[in-house]
This record gives sequence, C-alpha cells and structure tokens, in this order.
Amino acid sequence: MNRRKNLPSIIGTGLFSIISLIYVFPIVVVLFNSFKKKTFINIEPFTLPTENTFVGMENYANSINQYDFLQAVGWTLFITLGSVAVILLCTSMFAWYITRVHSPFTKMAYLLCVFSMVVPFQMVMFTLSLVTDRLGLGTPWGLIIIYLGFGAGLAVFMFCGFVKAIPLEVEEAALIDGCSPLRMFLSVVLPIMKPTYISVGILETMWIWNDFLLPYLTLDTNKYKTIAIVIQYMKGSYGRVDMGAIMAALIMAVIPVIIFYLSLQKHIIKGVAAGAVKG
Amino acid sequence: MEKGIRRYAPFFVIPTFTAFIIGFIVPFLMGLWLSFCKFTTVKDAVFVGLSNYQKAVTDPIFLHAFWYTALFALVSFLTINVLAFVIALALTQKMRGTNLFRTIFFMPNLIGGIVLGYIWQLIFNGILARFGAALALSEKYGFWGLVILVAWQQIGYMMIIYIAGLQSIPDALNEAAAIDGASDWQKLWKITIPMMMPAITICTFLTVVNSFKLFDQNLSLTAGEPAQLSELLALNIFNTFYGRVGWEGVGQAKAVLFFVLVVGIGLIQLRITHSKEVQQ
Repeated sequence: MNRRKNLPSIIGTGLFSIISLIYVFPIVVVLFNSFKKKTFINIEPFTLPTENTFVGMENYANSINQYDFLQAVGWTLFITLGSVAVILLCTSMFAWYITRVHSPFTKMAYLLCVFSMVVPFQMVMFTLSLVTDRLGLGTPWGLIIIYLGFGAGLAVFMFCGFVKAIPLEVEEAALIDGCSPLRMFLSVVLPIMKPTYISVGILETMWIWNDFLLPYLTLDTNKYKTIAIVIQYMKGSYGRVDMGAIMAALIMAVIPVIIFYLSLQKHIIKGVAAGAVKG
Repeated sequence: MEKGIRRYAPFFVIPTFTAFIIGFIVPFLMGLWLSFCKFTTVKDAVFVGLSNYQKAVTDPIFLHAFWYTALFALVSFLTINVLAFVIALALTQKMRGTNLFRTIFFMPNLIGGIVLGYIWQLIFNGILARFGAALALSEKYGFWGLVILVAWQQIGYMMIIYIAGLQSIPDALNEAAAIDGASDWQKLWKITIPMMMPAITICTFLTVVNSFKLFDQNLSLTAGEPAQLSELLALNIFNTFYGRVGWEGVGQAKAVLFFVLVVGIGLIQLRITHSKEVQQ
C-alpha cells in the first residue's frame, strides 16, 4: 500500500527535476559562454569552453573596463534604493492623509492615482522626456522625483487599502496625548504598516531595478547609464559587438537579482501575490 | 481630528503631489493635446485635428503590429495559463522538493526584460543556426521565440497565484465528492476549476495586459526584425516617435489609441470580477 502511494510522488519529483534543469538551462548556457573567447560564442553556443576557447575572466574584465559596467551597477543601485526609499516614505504619508481627510481634493487625488495605474508608459513617454529635459531632471537625483511621480499610483493605492484597516482609536489616543500628526504618523502608523512597506518596497524595487525605457528616455545617457541601458548599448554599437563582454554583463546583471531573490524569497512571493490581487 | 491633521497637509501632500504632477499629470495632458498637433518639438506644435489619428489607423505597419500583438496575447495567454495551472496542481500534491521547484519556476520573473531578451537570443540563434536560419530572418521565429520567452518568465508568477487559489479550496468539498464516488477528473471540472475562477480571471487579465504592454523583451529579442514585422504595438509606437522624423504627432496618436485599448481591457476585467462577486 505504502509503496504504491510513493511511486507517483517519486515519478513526479523525477519529472520536475528534469523540467527544473531545462528551466535553468538558458542561464547556464550564458554562464559558460561568458568564459569563452568572443569569436566562438555565436558559432558554437552549446559547447563547454575547451582549452582553445577558454579565456578565464577576460570577458568580465572587458565589460567592466571598456563599458564601465560597475559604474552602471552603482547608478542602478543608487536610483533604485533612492527612489524606493522616497516612494515608501512620501506615498505612505500621502495615502494616510487622503484616507483620513475627507474633501473633494483627497477624493480626486485617490481617483487620479488609481487612474494612473492603468495608463501604459507609451502614453506619456515622449512628453515625460520633454518635461524632465525642461526641468533639468535628467540626472539620477532627478530620476528619483520622476519615479516618485510615475510610481505613486500603485504605492498610494496599496497603502490606502491598508490605512483603511487601521483602527482610528489608536491614532486618536496619540493625538489627544498631544502628539503632532507628523510625529504620530512616524511613531504610530509607520510601525503598524511594516508588512505593507515590505510588499510595496519589493514591487517597486523589482520594477525600478529592471526598468529600461524610462531611464533611457529621461537620463542623460552620455553621463549616466543603468545596467539595462549599458547592455542595450553594448548590443547596439554597430560593427563590433563584443559577444564575450555581453555574456559577462548578462551574468553580472543576473547574479544580484538571484541573491536578492534567495535572501528575501518569502517576502517577495507574498508581495508579488498581494500586488497581483490588488492590481 | 481632521482639522488638526489638515494643518499638516504640506508635509503629507506636497512631495508626492508635486512629483505626481511632474511625472504623470502634465505629461498625460500634454500627450493628449499633442496627439492633435503636428510637431517636432513642443514649441512648433500646430493643431491639425484628427489627421494624426487618420494616419495612425491607415499605417499598414501599425495595423500589422496590432494583429501581431493580439495574436501574441492570445497564444501567450493560453500557453502561460494552461502550463501554470498544471504545474500548480502538480506542486500542491504530496511530493518531495515542491518548494525547490516553486523557487526555480518563479526566478525568471525577477530578471529584467532586456537581459531576458539577450539570454534567449543566444539560445534561439544557436538552435536556429543548425538549420541555417536566424531569429531576424522571419517574423514567425520572432513570434514563437517571444511566446517561449514570456512563458518562461511568467509561468512562475501565475503559478504562485494559482497555488494560493488551490490552497484556499476547503478540503471538505473534495472529501464529500470522493464519498459520493466522484472521479479525480470530475473533481477537477466540478470543484477545482469553478472554485478557482477568481484566480483564473486575475491571471487571464494579467497575461493579456502584460502581452499588450510588452516592450523590453521585444526590443532585445528581435528589435522588430525582419523589417518591423515582429514589432508589437509598444515597440511600433516607440519607433514611430524616434525613428520617423515628422511622425511624432502620429506616434502620440498611436499612444492614445494604445492607452484606450489597455483601459478597455481593464474595464472588461472590472466588470467580470464584479459580476462574479454578486453571484457569490
């Protein structure tokens, strides 16, 4: 009896092990191509590096030295961390205010935020790049303001949903004790909303870290490049496309994402599910 | 309480609202207005009525991109949802390693579109080269390449939503059906799938909207090759803006049409979700 029950489960494990291997196969192919001499990559992508084709870390060195890849990682990190921190603080305060205060303005602000969530980026991309250009916001610092504006919709929507569930009594007690609303928000509301901060933070991090088009159109790309922009630039430079450097760059782009994922897996899956159900 | 809070409005409202005006409201309104203008920069904008829209809907490449996108959305919606549902069913059974498998299937979702496109370009071109072909040679290769790519990327995401749905079905229902002599096949069609309708609705619209909005993967995998034939709508709009001088107004008109289309799909979803809630 026991054996008969176990058999399908063993077959299932075996089957899914094979599927999992196929699933990671594309990344593994890129990984071993990143150690091959660049001229061999396009000809024979599916063979392991041999003595003839192995070049050690040369591709990695090329992509770091010739294309300033690490600088791009730095700017991407700066833009992502800066924008997410600003988005979390500002939109949670905004969401709390428009939920607690009832006026035509707060009602309209909420509806506008929900509306902005469904507008595809193509609708505003051309004019947004004109506006950022005019205001001189084409720097990593300026981009933080743009992300706060364009990313506000989802964040405000998710925070509003949570604020509605906080019992008013807690806040009122603090205000009667003489707390200013600002201090009350920081010391009472903010700690209660910690799970929502994590969910929103993860969704915004994934979006901004991987975003290509918004920074490509608004940043001064001669001075500042993000990871996605550098990779697109490496591939788009006509004539000499250095496949080796691209493979190395792809691996260096994937590694931080995998580390981030494995260390925060539970929160990420929870956050993603929450965002999907609400979005 | 409200009065006291209102005095602090500048702290709470101004940062987000200012950024929202700069980053969304102004570009959106300008975009609406410019779709009725001919311009290369905003300063030389001249009102031309509906002529941009007329040019947009008679542009054969735009129409091709629309049908190409619609077909792509249909095929990728079916592929992703059927596979994600089956995997979710399998991974909620008693089996060793389900957590590890879930981890692996979800991972591609976090990788950016540009990076994904170039990873798969290497794989597809490597395979096609054995048959003397390449991605850039036919719109069909680009189409199926993109279907495989987005399936690889999104199956894990939809799987998570389906698993959450499966776990919320009360065991009592399946047990009662088993006592009544229902087969596994009957339980799937009469209990699991009806109970899963909310999750199926969410995943349907997520995959359809994702397919319509797809840009990065399209740009990096084929960049529209050959001759703009593998362009999806978003990439077509981008190329109209930045690839054809004098067509900026038409690009903006296409963007407005695109926006209306995406909002329309969203409204249908809202209506279906609401009608379900009433029934329950």
